[in-house]
Amino acid sequence: MTVVCPLDRLLPYRGVAALLPGGVQVALFRTGDGNVYALSNIDPYSRAAVLSRGIVGDRGGVPVAVSPMHKNAFDLRTGVCVDDPDVSVEVFPVRVDAGMVLVGVP
Amino acid sequence: MTRTVVVVGYGMVGHRLVQALCERDIAGQWRIVVLAEEERHAYDRVALSSYVDTWDAADLTLPHLEVDLRLGDPAVAIDRSGRTVTCKSGEVLRYDALVLATGSYPFVPPIPGKDLPGCYVYRTIDDLDQIRDAVQKANRPGRKAGMVLGGGLLGLEAANALRGMGVSPHVVEMAPRLMPIQVDEGGAGLLKNLVQKLDLTVHTGASASVIERDGDRLIAKLTNGVELDLDVVVFSAGIRPRDQLAREMDLEVGARGGVVVDEACRTSDEAVYAIGECACIDGMVYGLVAPGYAMAEVVADRLLGGAATFPGADTSTKLKLLGVDVASFGDAHAATEGALEVVFNDAVAGTYAKVVVSDDAKTLLGGILVGDASQYTLLRPMVGRQLSADPASLIAPAGGGVELGALPDDAQVCSCHAVTKAAINAAITEGCTDVPALKTCTKAGTGCGSCIPMLKTLLSEAGVEQSKALCEHFTQSRAEVFEIIRASGIRTFSALIAKYGTGDGCDICKPAVASILASLGNGHVLDGEQASLQDTNDHFLANLQRNGTYSVVPRIPGGEITPEKLMVIAEVARDFGLYTKITGGQRIDLFGATVDQLPLIWRRLVDAGMESGHAYGKALRTVKSCVGTTWCRYGVQDSVALAIQLELRYRGLRSPHKLKSAVSGCARECAEARSKDFGVIATEHGWNLYVGGNGGFKPRHADLLVSDVDTETLVRLIDRFLMFYIRTADRLQRTAGWIEAMEGGLDHLRDVIVHDSLGICADLEAAMERHVGSYADEWRGVLEDPDKLARFSSFVNAPGTPDPTISFREERGQRVPVQLGIPEVATR
Repeated sequence: MTVVCPLDRLLPYRGVAALLPGGVQVALFRTGDGNVYALSNIDPYSRAAVLSRGIVGDRGGVPVAVSPMHKNAFDLRTGVCVDDPDVSVEVFPVRVDAGMVLVGVP
Repeated sequence: MTRTVVVVGYGMVGHRLVQALCERDIAGQWRIVVLAEEERHAYDRVALSSYVDTWDAADLTLPHLEVDLRLGDPAVAIDRSGRTVTCKSGEVLRYDALVLATGSYPFVPPIPGKDLPGCYVYRTIDDLDQIRDAVQKANRPGRKAGMVLGGGLLGLEAANALRGMGVSPHVVEMAPRLMPIQVDEGGAGLLKNLVQKLDLTVHTGASASVIERDGDRLIAKLTNGVELDLDVVVFSAGIRPRDQLAREMDLEVGARGGVVVDEACRTSDEAVYAIGECACIDGMVYGLVAPGYAMAEVVADRLLGGAATFPGADTSTKLKLLGVDVASFGDAHAATEGALEVVFNDAVAGTYAKVVVSDDAKTLLGGILVGDASQYTLLRPMVGRQLSADPASLIAPAGGGVELGALPDDAQVCSCHAVTKAAINAAITEGCTDVPALKTCTKAGTGCGSCIPMLKTLLSEAGVEQSKALCEHFTQSRAEVFEIIRASGIRTFSALIAKYGTGDGCDICKPAVASILASLGNGHVLDGEQASLQDTNDHFLANLQRNGTYSVVPRIPGGEITPEKLMVIAEVARDFGLYTKITGGQRIDLFGATVDQLPLIWRRLVDAGMESGHAYGKALRTVKSCVGTTWCRYGVQDSVALAIQLELRYRGLRSPHKLKSAVSGCARECAEARSKDFGVIATEHGWNLYVGGNGGFKPRHADLLVSDVDTETLVRLIDRFLMFYIRTADRLQRTAGWIEAMEGGLDHLRDVIVHDSLGICADLEAAMERHVGSYADEWRGVLEDPDKLARFSSFVNAPGTPDPTISFREERGQRVPVQLGIPEVATR
């Protein structure tokens, strides 16, 4: 796993993007309950690397990040698009260790 | 075999006939030829006084119809035996059916001096153009004066038009009261009081005995001894049917004029019909458009082989004269034998209401409403029907009025488009669940809008729940959430949702709450927890584009910019390789900046004295302007200075949706102000304020709110308008939709923000003052705060590394994005 940043760089309900080895982009999110999630940063609808800049909240209790491009919501736990279950983004393994956020390769 | 119908006259009634025939003659039985006297297309003569708001005849023009239309070529002779019409141009047309729709002419009483220059009639657009010319040429210092002879419905309309031209009108009426045909003494007394507050002088029981010329002025001597010093005189003392052609062709005419027709609107020649104000039906000549329309429908049906008959005239009237509601319906003057009158006259509130009932008090016969005519739509359909309650309860302030449930199915709910209660209920059954759906489906509520509250009631009576919930996390509407935040003092989203909502929030409620917090003045939009509520545009203070880059728009107030600032923008664009485009709002948009570049770009812009243009926000965008008096040969006010003043005043103001504005320096309207949320157009005397305009998806011309106000009043009214909008609109509802959805529409809006009917104007103004006083440039705020600056990084673990997915190619000498994930060839 790659050490990405200190946990306190993740504000609740606000994402950041990180660059993994090989140029892979990951979007990191932290919800109000303290959970940390990592999804691909690429919005599958627009192909733009913007998912980390989406608003974080819930849809019917499901934690989601909403792409800022066309407002598609993705389940933070599974990467599945809530509005269109045939579409999903990759989920990356993530953990917090000694105040640092670590991301692995799926 | 196609037959030919020649329609003589192209006023509103002639137009209605042609329209009805075009719509229904599916088999193409008739070739339609229209002979029009005026050089312009048919227009809405009922709305003639509104012409002075814009001086744009296109606003009144009725829909164009695909027929053989001869403008400016009236009929001059008709040969009944040969069935031919001779036109002014000399052409002779053969007809199978002929329809006379020649309308009426204004009656001018035989007063000495009536033909002097400066004396006009009030009937056509050309008449108004002539009156305007005379008013503009009058060289009286200060306010100009005019006299309208005739205090009926048309006379008051003419007085309103004069007011719109900046003239103080005297209204002279021979009868002892205003509007003697529609209104009784009590109602007219109140009407007189109300219109006199609006700069009208009313002389009843009087006429002019002579009009004389004195240099540039006209002097009118009235029969009551008063002498008036005037710039213009307008005759509006009634109309007479134009039946000259009918007389020349030996058709029967009525004793007091008008072509006599039967219940099929047929004259004494069976191939010739007459409709509208030139026709005499059942011994009556009607000077209202509704009976004329009914006649047009009858003739259209007859021409297509039907057997329709004239249903009798509904002379009910509801109108707003000079902002005063007046309605008259049924037997308004209690002419029915034994009729009883019930009257409520409230001089304090400025309302007068009367109902006329049968001698047993069980049947409604008619009524008069002045000052508040809101009960008209419910009362008029009840005429001739049994009352279920005490007549007084129909109009008594606490009586509750008529219950909607008591209305029969065939009663018209929307009288503008003749939509019945049954038709609306049918639409609800078929799936309409809200007022906009009912408007689209039935047209109800799209005219004057007075029936919209009834539409809502019918929806709720049918059991349709109209959810106002902001989203799944808040059951409250945006307006309610606004009031909660304002009243509770809560200033964080987490505290708000914990107390008044559920869950974590979403992409709907978070930006909405962020906007409300910003409207209430809660510091920088990226302070603390607020940062996590913002959409990406507000979060990066720039506009997201399709490849994940952003665009930058510095504020250029009023579109005025120095060459030095222009050079800074040009240098920034060149140095960062930004695609550059001029926007529709007189600004410059720089595209293709990455999040890392944004602070570097803004450092240079802010150092050169520029600030955020809020192109990214639901906020004031720009106040566009024309060139104005400084340079323009035609301008009458300094539109650029006002546009800059307004843009600087309202910059940074967060609102439910974006706000656009413009200021035009004269009626030519080069700034397109009427397509804006609030638009200002200069007049000779000040400014006209228009509100609720929209371009975009659903274009809408803005409505005139007030005219001829000075700059201070204008700014105060815009302050109130914007704050009222910010407090009460739904999320993402532009001002156009907000006004359309408002109960009571524009009239209600005017009551609230011009007449302060809710008593909130001082509060609205104070709120705007707080905004103006606390404004600070958002980009400067970012540049001065290292914590905020740290957010402008593409990658948290690799600041300064460019996003590898972003690349550019060149097009017409500028950099444009390479389409993402899609091969270039596929896009060609």
